[in-house]
Amino acid sequence: MLLSNAPASQSILLPVSAGTIFGSLAVALLLNFLPWSSIALAPDFVALVLAFWCVRQPRLVGLGAGWLLGLLTDVGNGVLLGQHALAYSLLAFAAITLSRRILWFPLWGQALHVAALLLFAQGISALVRLAAGAEVPGWSIAVGPLFGAVLWPVVSLLLLLPQRMPTDVDETRAI
Amino acid sequence: MDHTPPPFFNRGPAPLVRLAFFASLSLALLVLDARFRYTEGLRSVLALAVYPLQSLATLPAALGERVAGYFASQSQLRDENGVLRAKLLDAAQGALRFEAAQAETAQLRRLIGAAERAPLKATPAEILYNGRDPYSRKVVIDKGSQQGVAAGSPVVDQHGVIGQVTRAHALLAEVTLLTDKEQAIPVQVVRSGLRAVAFGGGTSGMLELRFMAANAEIQNGDKLVTSGIDGTYPPGLPVATVARVERDAAYAFARIFCQPAAGVESGGYVLVLGAQSGRLAQPAEAGVEREKRPGRTRKPRRKDGDAAQ
Repeated sequence: MLLSNAPASQSILLPVSAGTIFGSLAVALLLNFLPWSSIALAPDFVALVLAFWCVRQPRLVGLGAGWLLGLLTDVGNGVLLGQHALAYSLLAFAAITLSRRILWFPLWGQALHVAALLLFAQGISALVRLAAGAEVPGWSIAVGPLFGAVLWPVVSLLLLLPQRMPTDVDETRAI
Repeated sequence: MDHTPPPFFNRGPAPLVRLAFFASLSLALLVLDARFRYTEGLRSVLALAVYPLQSLATLPAALGERVAGYFASQSQLRDENGVLRAKLLDAAQGALRFEAAQAETAQLRRLIGAAERAPLKATPAEILYNGRDPYSRKVVIDKGSQQGVAAGSPVVDQHGVIGQVTRAHALLAEVTLLTDKEQAIPVQVVRSGLRAVAFGGGTSGMLELRFMAANAEIQNGDKLVTSGIDGTYPPGLPVATVARVERDAAYAFARIFCQPAAGVESGGYVLVLGAQSGRLAQPAEAGVEREKRPGRTRKPRRKDGDAAQ
Protein backbone atom coordinates (compact mmCIF):
# COMPACT_ATOMS: atom_id res chain seq x y z
CA MET A 1 0.00 0.00 0.00
CA LEU A 2 2.82 2.34 0.87
CA LEU A 3 4.67 1.68 -2.36
CA SER A 4 1.57 2.15 -4.47
CA ASN A 5 1.11 5.10 -6.76
CA ALA A 6 -0.76 7.14 -4.18
CA PRO A 7 1.05 10.22 -2.89
CA ALA A 8 3.00 9.26 0.20
CA SER A 9 1.82 12.27 2.16
CA GLN A 10 -1.76 11.05 2.52
CA SER A 11 -1.61 9.35 5.89
CA ILE A 12 -1.92 11.47 9.00
CA LEU A 13 1.19 11.35 11.16
CA LEU A 14 1.95 12.09 14.77
CA PRO A 15 4.12 15.15 15.43
CA VAL A 16 7.81 14.35 15.16
CA SER A 17 9.97 14.29 18.26
CA ALA A 18 13.29 16.11 18.36
CA GLY A 19 14.91 12.92 19.60
CA THR A 20 14.03 11.08 16.38
CA ILE A 21 15.59 13.81 14.25
CA PHE A 22 18.70 14.11 16.39
CA GLY A 23 19.14 10.35 16.71
CA SER A 24 18.68 9.69 13.00
CA LEU A 25 21.23 12.36 12.08
CA ALA A 26 23.71 10.93 14.61
CA VAL A 27 23.21 7.42 13.20
CA ALA A 28 23.71 8.79 9.69
CA LEU A 29 27.02 10.38 10.75
CA LEU A 30 28.02 7.07 12.33
CA LEU A 31 27.17 5.19 9.12
CA ASN A 32 29.28 7.67 7.17
CA PHE A 33 32.24 7.08 9.46
CA LEU A 34 32.08 3.29 9.00
CA PRO A 35 35.19 1.98 7.25
CA TRP A 36 33.69 1.46 3.80
CA SER A 37 35.92 -0.50 1.49
CA SER A 38 35.07 1.67 -1.50
CA ILE A 39 34.41 5.33 -0.90
CA ALA A 40 32.84 5.92 -4.28
CA LEU A 41 30.14 3.28 -3.88
CA ALA A 42 29.16 4.17 -0.31
CA PRO A 43 26.06 6.36 -0.17
CA ASP A 44 26.23 9.61 1.79
CA PHE A 45 23.81 8.82 4.61
CA VAL A 46 24.08 12.26 6.18
CA ALA A 47 23.00 13.94 2.95
CA LEU A 48 20.15 11.45 2.57
CA VAL A 49 18.77 11.86 6.10
CA LEU A 50 19.27 15.62 5.97
CA ALA A 51 17.32 15.76 2.71
CA PHE A 52 14.60 13.62 4.29
CA TRP A 53 14.11 15.93 7.27
CA CYS A 54 14.34 19.04 5.11
CA VAL A 55 11.56 17.65 2.93
CA ARG A 56 9.42 16.43 5.85
CA GLN A 57 10.11 19.07 8.50
CA PRO A 58 11.40 22.19 6.73
CA ARG A 59 10.67 24.32 9.79
CA LEU A 60 12.68 22.16 12.19
CA VAL A 61 15.65 21.08 10.09
CA GLY A 62 17.20 23.46 7.63
CA LEU A 63 20.31 25.22 6.52
CA GLY A 64 21.81 25.62 9.98
CA ALA A 65 21.61 21.89 10.70
CA GLY A 66 23.03 21.14 7.27
CA TRP A 67 25.89 23.52 7.75
CA LEU A 68 26.82 22.08 11.15
CA LEU A 69 26.60 18.48 9.90
CA GLY A 70 28.76 19.45 6.94
CA LEU A 71 31.37 20.91 9.27
CA LEU A 72 31.42 17.72 11.36
CA THR A 73 31.72 15.61 8.20
CA ASP A 74 34.59 17.76 6.97
CA VAL A 75 36.50 17.33 10.21
CA GLY A 76 35.74 13.63 10.49
CA ASN A 77 36.87 12.96 6.93
CA GLY A 78 39.85 15.29 7.16
CA VAL A 79 38.93 17.24 4.04
CA LEU A 80 38.89 20.95 3.29
CA LEU A 81 36.94 22.68 6.05
CA GLY A 82 33.72 24.07 4.58
CA GLN A 83 33.43 21.72 1.61
CA HIS A 84 30.58 19.60 2.92
CA ALA A 85 29.24 22.56 4.91
CA LEU A 86 28.65 24.42 1.65
CA ALA A 87 27.31 21.35 -0.14
CA TYR A 88 24.90 20.41 2.67
CA SER A 89 23.57 23.95 3.13
CA LEU A 90 22.84 24.15 -0.58
CA LEU A 91 21.28 20.68 -0.42
CA ALA A 92 19.09 21.75 2.51
CA PHE A 93 18.01 24.86 0.64
CA ALA A 94 17.12 22.90 -2.49
CA ALA A 95 15.29 20.25 -0.46
CA ILE A 96 13.25 22.85 1.42
CA THR A 97 12.41 24.65 -1.82
CA LEU A 98 11.28 21.38 -3.43
CA SER A 99 9.66 19.90 -0.32
CA ARG A 100 6.03 20.70 -1.25
CA ARG A 101 6.53 19.33 -4.74
CA ILE A 102 8.36 16.17 -3.66
CA LEU A 103 5.68 15.09 -1.17
CA TRP A 104 3.09 14.93 -3.93
CA PHE A 105 4.90 12.06 -5.60
CA PRO A 106 4.86 8.38 -4.67
CA LEU A 107 8.04 7.04 -3.10
CA TRP A 108 9.82 6.11 -6.33
CA GLY A 109 9.05 9.55 -7.77
CA GLN A 110 10.46 11.10 -4.63
CA ALA A 111 13.58 8.95 -5.04
CA LEU A 112 14.14 10.45 -8.50
CA HIS A 113 13.98 13.95 -7.04
CA VAL A 114 16.33 12.93 -4.26
CA ALA A 115 18.79 11.50 -6.80
CA ALA A 116 18.93 14.93 -8.42
CA LEU A 117 19.39 16.59 -5.01
CA LEU A 118 22.21 14.25 -3.93
CA LEU A 119 23.96 14.54 -7.28
CA PHE A 120 23.72 18.32 -6.93
CA ALA A 121 25.36 18.19 -3.49
CA GLN A 122 28.10 15.86 -4.73
CA GLY A 123 28.67 18.17 -7.69
CA ILE A 124 29.07 21.15 -5.37
CA SER A 125 31.73 19.43 -3.30
CA ALA A 126 33.46 18.22 -6.48
CA LEU A 127 33.51 21.81 -7.78
CA VAL A 128 35.00 23.02 -4.50
CA ARG A 129 37.74 20.40 -4.55
CA LEU A 130 38.58 20.97 -8.21
CA ALA A 131 38.82 24.71 -7.52
CA ALA A 132 41.20 23.90 -4.67
CA GLY A 133 43.42 21.92 -7.04
CA ALA A 134 42.46 18.29 -6.46
CA GLU A 135 42.68 15.65 -9.16
CA VAL A 136 39.60 14.78 -11.22
CA PRO A 137 38.08 11.74 -9.48
CA GLY A 138 36.15 10.41 -12.46
CA TRP A 139 32.50 9.48 -12.87
CA SER A 140 32.55 6.98 -10.02
CA ILE A 141 31.63 9.75 -7.56
CA ALA A 142 28.14 9.80 -9.10
CA VAL A 143 27.49 6.21 -7.99
CA GLY A 144 27.23 7.03 -4.28
CA PRO A 145 24.39 9.56 -4.70
CA LEU A 146 22.48 7.16 -6.96
CA PHE A 147 22.78 4.42 -4.32
CA GLY A 148 21.56 6.93 -1.78
CA ALA A 149 18.50 7.68 -3.90
CA VAL A 150 17.79 3.94 -4.17
CA LEU A 151 17.81 3.83 -0.36
CA TRP A 152 15.30 6.71 -0.12
CA PRO A 153 12.11 4.56 0.12
CA VAL A 154 13.66 2.43 2.86
CA VAL A 155 14.90 5.46 4.77
CA SER A 156 11.50 7.16 4.44
CA LEU A 157 9.63 4.15 5.78
CA LEU A 158 12.10 3.67 8.64
CA LEU A 159 12.22 7.30 9.72
CA LEU A 160 8.43 7.70 9.57
CA LEU A 161 7.84 4.64 11.75
CA PRO A 162 7.90 6.56 15.06
CA GLN A 163 5.26 8.95 13.68
CA ARG A 164 2.77 6.37 12.49
CA MET A 165 -0.57 6.25 14.32
CA PRO A 166 -1.58 3.03 16.02
CA THR A 167 -4.20 1.50 13.76
CA ASP A 168 -6.81 0.11 16.12
CA VAL A 169 -9.96 -0.46 14.16
CA ASP A 170 -12.94 0.30 16.34
CA GLU A 171 -15.86 -1.73 14.99
CA THR A 172 -18.42 -0.14 17.28
CA ARG A 173 -17.59 3.45 16.32
CA ALA A 174 -20.36 5.30 14.52
CA ILE A 175 -18.21 6.96 11.86
CA MET B 1 0.02 51.21 10.17
CA ASP B 2 2.48 48.39 10.77
CA HIS B 3 1.64 45.17 9.03
CA THR B 4 4.20 42.82 10.60
CA PRO B 5 2.78 39.34 11.22
CA PRO B 6 2.03 38.30 14.78
CA PRO B 7 4.92 36.48 16.49
CA PHE B 8 3.41 33.00 16.16
CA PHE B 9 3.78 33.24 12.38
CA ASN B 10 7.37 34.42 12.68
CA ARG B 11 9.59 32.07 10.67
CA GLY B 12 12.91 33.90 10.95
CA PRO B 13 14.87 35.24 8.01
CA ALA B 14 13.88 34.29 4.47
CA PRO B 15 15.44 31.07 3.10
CA LEU B 16 17.50 32.96 0.53
CA VAL B 17 18.95 35.18 3.23
CA ARG B 18 19.87 32.12 5.28
CA LEU B 19 21.39 30.48 2.22
CA ALA B 20 23.50 33.56 1.51
CA PHE B 21 24.64 33.62 5.16
CA PHE B 22 25.64 29.97 5.37
CA ALA B 23 27.13 29.84 1.88
CA SER B 24 29.33 32.86 2.55
CA LEU B 25 30.33 31.42 5.92
CA SER B 26 31.35 28.16 4.20
CA LEU B 27 33.22 29.99 1.47
CA ALA B 28 35.08 32.06 4.06
CA LEU B 29 36.06 28.86 5.90
CA LEU B 30 37.17 27.27 2.64
CA VAL B 31 39.42 30.17 1.75
CA LEU B 32 40.81 30.38 5.29
CA ASP B 33 41.57 26.66 5.26
CA ALA B 34 42.89 26.25 1.73
CA ARG B 35 44.93 29.45 1.50
CA PHE B 36 45.97 30.40 5.00
CA ARG B 37 45.47 27.29 7.17
CA TYR B 38 44.01 29.38 9.97
CA THR B 39 41.36 26.83 10.90
CA GLU B 40 43.44 24.19 12.69
CA GLY B 41 42.20 25.26 16.13
CA LEU B 42 38.54 24.97 15.13
CA ARG B 43 39.33 21.68 13.42
CA SER B 44 40.93 20.11 16.48
CA VAL B 45 37.99 21.16 18.70
CA LEU B 46 35.46 19.68 16.25
CA ALA B 47 37.64 16.59 15.88
CA LEU B 48 37.27 15.92 19.60
CA ALA B 49 33.50 16.30 19.19
CA VAL B 50 33.27 13.67 16.44
CA TYR B 51 35.83 11.34 18.02
CA PRO B 52 33.23 9.26 19.96
CA LEU B 53 31.28 8.64 16.75
CA GLN B 54 34.43 7.75 14.85
CA SER B 55 35.63 5.30 17.46
CA LEU B 56 32.13 3.81 17.63
CA ALA B 57 32.20 3.38 13.86
CA THR B 58 35.35 1.29 14.04
CA LEU B 59 33.81 -1.00 16.68
CA PRO B 60 31.96 -3.40 14.30
CA ALA B 61 35.15 -4.22 12.40
CA ALA B 62 37.08 -4.72 15.65
CA LEU B 63 34.29 -6.85 17.06
CA GLY B 64 34.19 -8.96 13.91
CA GLU B 65 37.93 -9.46 14.17
CA ARG B 66 37.60 -10.61 17.78
CA VAL B 67 34.79 -13.01 16.95
CA ALA B 68 36.80 -14.40 14.05
CA GLY B 69 39.77 -14.73 16.39
CA TYR B 70 37.62 -16.62 18.89
CA PHE B 71 36.64 -19.16 16.27
CA ALA B 72 40.13 -19.56 14.82
CA SER B 73 41.08 -23.17 15.37
CA GLN B 74 44.01 -24.20 17.49
CA SER B 75 45.90 -25.89 14.68
CA GLN B 76 45.59 -22.73 12.59
CA LEU B 77 47.02 -20.68 15.44
CA ARG B 78 49.85 -23.17 15.97
CA ASP B 79 50.76 -23.08 12.28
CA GLU B 80 50.74 -19.31 12.34
CA ASN B 81 52.82 -19.31 15.51
CA GLY B 82 55.39 -21.55 13.87
CA VAL B 83 55.63 -19.34 10.81
CA LEU B 84 55.94 -16.24 12.96
CA ARG B 85 58.65 -17.86 15.08
CA ALA B 86 60.68 -18.74 12.00
CA LYS B 87 60.25 -15.18 10.76
CA LEU B 88 61.31 -13.81 14.14
CA LEU B 89 64.44 -15.93 14.12
CA ASP B 90 65.28 -14.69 10.67
CA ALA B 91 64.61 -11.09 11.66
CA ALA B 92 66.59 -11.44 14.90
CA GLN B 93 69.61 -12.59 12.96
CA GLY B 94 69.23 -9.60 10.67
CA ALA B 95 68.82 -7.33 13.65
CA LEU B 96 72.01 -8.64 15.25
CA ARG B 97 73.96 -7.99 12.09
CA PHE B 98 72.28 -4.61 11.78
CA GLU B 99 73.35 -3.67 15.29
CA ALA B 100 76.93 -4.62 14.59
CA ALA B 101 76.85 -2.69 11.32
CA GLN B 102 75.30 0.29 13.04
CA ALA B 103 78.01 0.33 15.71
CA GLU B 104 80.63 0.09 13.02
CA THR B 105 79.03 2.90 11.02
CA ALA B 106 78.81 5.11 14.08
CA GLN B 107 82.49 4.48 14.77
CA LEU B 108 83.45 5.26 11.19
CA ARG B 109 81.31 8.40 11.28
CA ARG B 110 83.07 9.50 14.44
CA LEU B 111 86.41 8.88 12.72
CA ILE B 112 85.54 11.09 9.77
CA GLY B 113 83.91 13.65 12.04
CA ALA B 114 80.38 13.46 10.64
CA ALA B 115 77.38 14.01 12.84
CA GLU B 116 76.03 10.86 14.40
CA ARG B 117 72.63 9.72 13.33
CA ALA B 118 70.13 9.90 16.14
CA PRO B 119 68.36 6.58 16.76
CA LEU B 120 64.80 6.66 15.45
CA LYS B 121 61.86 6.65 17.80
CA ALA B 122 59.06 4.52 16.39
CA THR B 123 55.44 4.40 17.50
CA PRO B 124 53.41 1.39 16.35
CA ALA B 125 49.91 2.29 15.16
CA GLU B 126 46.96 0.66 13.48
CA ILE B 127 45.21 1.95 10.39
CA LEU B 128 41.61 2.59 11.43
CA TYR B 129 40.07 3.36 8.06
CA ASN B 130 40.71 4.92 4.69
CA GLY B 131 39.92 8.59 4.41
CA ARG B 132 36.40 9.14 3.05
CA ASP B 133 37.56 11.53 0.39
CA PRO B 134 37.66 10.47 -3.27
CA TYR B 135 39.86 13.46 -4.11
CA SER B 136 42.85 12.57 -1.97
CA ARG B 137 44.59 9.51 -0.59
CA LYS B 138 44.69 9.39 3.16
CA VAL B 139 44.35 6.90 5.98
CA VAL B 140 43.57 7.53 9.63
CA ILE B 141 45.68 5.84 12.31
CA ASP B 142 44.81 5.28 15.96
CA LYS B 143 47.66 7.29 17.50
CA GLY B 144 47.60 11.06 17.87
CA SER B 145 49.49 13.90 19.46
CA GLN B 146 48.74 12.42 22.91
CA GLN B 147 50.98 9.46 21.98
CA GLY B 148 53.69 11.68 20.54
CA VAL B 149 52.72 11.57 16.87
CA ALA B 150 53.49 14.91 15.25
CA ALA B 151 52.62 16.31 11.85
CA GLY B 152 55.42 15.63 9.40
CA SER B 153 56.49 12.26 10.82
CA PRO B 154 57.13 9.57 8.19
CA VAL B 155 55.01 6.43 8.37
CA VAL B 156 56.35 3.03 7.27
CA ASP B 157 55.12 -0.56 7.16
CA GLN B 158 57.20 -3.71 6.95
CA HIS B 159 58.04 -3.19 3.27
CA GLY B 160 58.77 0.52 3.13
CA VAL B 161 57.44 4.05 3.36
CA ILE B 162 53.68 4.49 3.03
CA GLY B 163 53.38 8.21 3.65
CA GLN B 164 53.59 11.07 6.07
CA VAL B 165 51.48 12.33 8.97
CA THR B 166 49.87 15.51 7.69
CA ARG B 167 47.56 16.29 10.58
CA ALA B 168 47.81 15.06 14.16
CA HIS B 169 44.64 15.27 16.23
CA ALA B 170 44.66 14.48 19.94
CA LEU B 171 43.82 10.78 19.57
CA LEU B 172 43.99 10.19 15.81
CA ALA B 173 46.30 11.22 13.03
CA GLU B 174 45.80 11.58 9.29
CA VAL B 175 48.46 10.05 7.08
CA THR B 176 48.72 11.25 3.49
CA LEU B 177 49.82 8.33 1.34
CA LEU B 178 52.70 8.56 -1.11
CA THR B 179 50.26 8.10 -3.98
CA ASP B 180 48.39 11.32 -3.16
CA LYS B 181 48.73 13.89 -5.91
CA GLU B 182 50.04 16.54 -3.49
CA GLN B 183 52.64 14.32 -1.84
CA ALA B 184 56.33 14.33 -2.73
CA ILE B 185 59.26 12.35 -1.34
CA PRO B 186 62.99 12.73 -2.06
CA VAL B 187 64.42 9.44 -3.28
CA GLN B 188 67.68 7.96 -4.47
CA VAL B 189 68.26 5.17 -6.96
CA VAL B 190 70.10 2.40 -5.13
CA ARG B 191 71.99 1.19 -8.21
CA SER B 192 73.35 4.52 -9.43
CA GLY B 193 72.99 6.86 -6.46
CA LEU B 194 70.95 9.24 -8.60
CA ARG B 195 68.75 11.60 -6.56
CA ALA B 196 65.21 12.53 -7.55
CA VAL B 197 61.86 13.53 -6.15
CA ALA B 198 58.93 11.12 -6.45
CA PHE B 199 55.45 12.61 -6.74
CA GLY B 200 52.18 10.82 -6.11
CA GLY B 201 50.33 9.66 -9.21
CA GLY B 202 46.82 10.04 -7.81
CA THR B 203 44.23 7.52 -8.93
CA SER B 204 46.76 5.37 -10.81
CA GLY B 205 48.30 4.25 -7.49
CA MET B 206 51.81 4.80 -8.88
CA LEU B 207 54.60 7.27 -8.15
CA GLU B 208 56.15 9.48 -10.79
CA LEU B 209 59.68 10.85 -10.97
CA ARG B 210 59.39 14.28 -12.52
CA PHE B 211 62.06 16.47 -14.09
CA MET B 212 64.50 13.66 -14.80
CA ALA B 213 66.62 14.23 -17.88
CA ALA B 214 65.72 12.03 -20.85
CA ASN B 215 69.11 10.33 -20.63
CA ALA B 216 69.03 9.82 -16.86
CA GLU B 217 70.71 6.66 -15.59
CA ILE B 218 67.59 4.74 -14.63
CA GLN B 219 65.97 1.56 -15.85
CA ASN B 220 63.09 -0.78 -15.13
CA GLY B 221 63.39 -2.64 -11.85
CA ASP B 222 65.60 -0.05 -10.16
CA LYS B 223 64.97 0.20 -6.43
CA LEU B 224 64.33 3.64 -4.97
CA VAL B 225 65.06 4.46 -1.32
CA THR B 226 64.66 7.69 0.63
CA SER B 227 67.68 9.92 0.21
CA GLY B 228 67.23 11.66 3.55
CA ILE B 229 68.30 15.07 2.28
CA ASP B 230 65.02 16.68 3.30
CA GLY B 231 65.56 15.98 7.01
CA THR B 232 62.07 14.48 7.25
CA TYR B 233 62.47 10.94 6.00
CA PRO B 234 65.44 8.99 7.40
CA PRO B 235 67.74 7.80 4.58
CA GLY B 236 67.63 4.29 3.19
CA LEU B 237 63.94 3.36 3.58
CA PRO B 238 62.55 1.48 0.55
CA VAL B 239 60.06 3.61 -1.38
CA ALA B 240 59.34 2.14 -4.80
CA THR B 241 60.51 0.11 -7.76
CA VAL B 242 60.74 1.62 -11.23
CA ALA B 243 58.02 0.03 -13.32
CA ARG B 244 58.07 1.94 -16.61
CA VAL B 245 60.40 4.44 -18.24
CA GLU B 246 59.16 6.41 -21.26
CA ARG B 247 61.86 8.29 -23.11
CA ASP B 248 60.60 10.51 -25.90
CA ALA B 249 63.01 12.59 -27.96
CA ALA B 250 60.37 15.30 -28.28
CA TYR B 251 60.52 16.08 -24.56
CA ALA B 252 63.45 17.17 -22.41
CA PHE B 253 62.32 14.94 -19.54
CA ALA B 254 61.73 11.23 -19.27
CA ARG B 255 58.44 9.98 -17.83
CA ILE B 256 59.25 7.48 -15.10
CA PHE B 257 56.56 5.55 -13.23
CA CYS B 258 57.27 3.54 -10.10
CA GLN B 259 55.37 0.94 -8.12
CA PRO B 260 55.34 1.71 -4.37
CA ALA B 261 57.24 -0.87 -2.32
CA ALA B 262 54.95 -0.81 0.71
CA GLY B 263 51.35 -1.91 0.67
CA VAL B 264 50.38 1.74 0.45
CA GLU B 265 46.69 1.09 -0.05
CA SER B 266 46.31 -2.09 1.99
CA GLY B 267 48.19 -1.92 5.25
CA GLY B 268 46.98 -2.93 8.69
CA TYR B 269 49.73 -1.98 11.11
CA VAL B 270 52.28 0.77 10.59
CA LEU B 271 55.16 2.44 12.41
CA VAL B 272 55.22 6.20 12.87
CA LEU B 273 58.86 7.29 12.95
CA GLY B 274 59.82 10.29 15.02
CA ALA B 275 60.43 13.43 12.99
CA GLN B 276 64.17 13.98 12.77
CA SER B 277 64.56 17.44 14.24
CA GLY B 278 68.24 16.85 14.97
CA ARG B 279 69.16 16.37 11.34
CA LEU B 280 68.14 19.81 10.17
CA ALA B 281 71.30 21.31 11.66
CA GLN B 282 73.61 19.28 9.43
CA PRO B 283 73.73 21.44 6.29
CA ALA B 284 74.59 24.48 8.40
CA GLU B 285 77.60 22.70 9.93
CA ALA B 286 78.74 21.50 6.55
CA GLY B 287 78.33 25.02 5.23
CA VAL B 288 80.49 26.47 8.02
CA GLU B 289 83.25 24.03 7.23
CA ARG B 290 83.03 24.79 3.58
CA GLU B 291 83.19 28.52 4.12
CA LYS B 292 86.72 28.14 5.44
CA ARG B 293 87.81 27.13 1.98
CA PRO B 294 88.49 29.99 -0.42
CA GLY B 295 85.98 30.66 -3.16
CA ARG B 296 83.09 28.90 -1.44
CA THR B 297 80.84 31.47 0.17
CA ARG B 298 77.44 30.09 -0.68
CA LYS B 299 74.99 30.33 2.20
CA PRO B 300 73.50 27.02 3.29
CA ARG B 301 69.92 26.65 2.20
CA ARG B 302 67.22 25.63 4.59
CA LYS B 303 65.80 22.30 3.60
CA ASP B 304 62.36 22.39 5.07
CA GLY B 305 60.29 22.21 2.12
CA ASP B 306 58.98 19.97 -0.45
CA ALA B 307 57.83 16.87 1.35
CA ALA B 308 56.40 18.45 4.48
CA GLN B 309 53.49 20.26 2.95
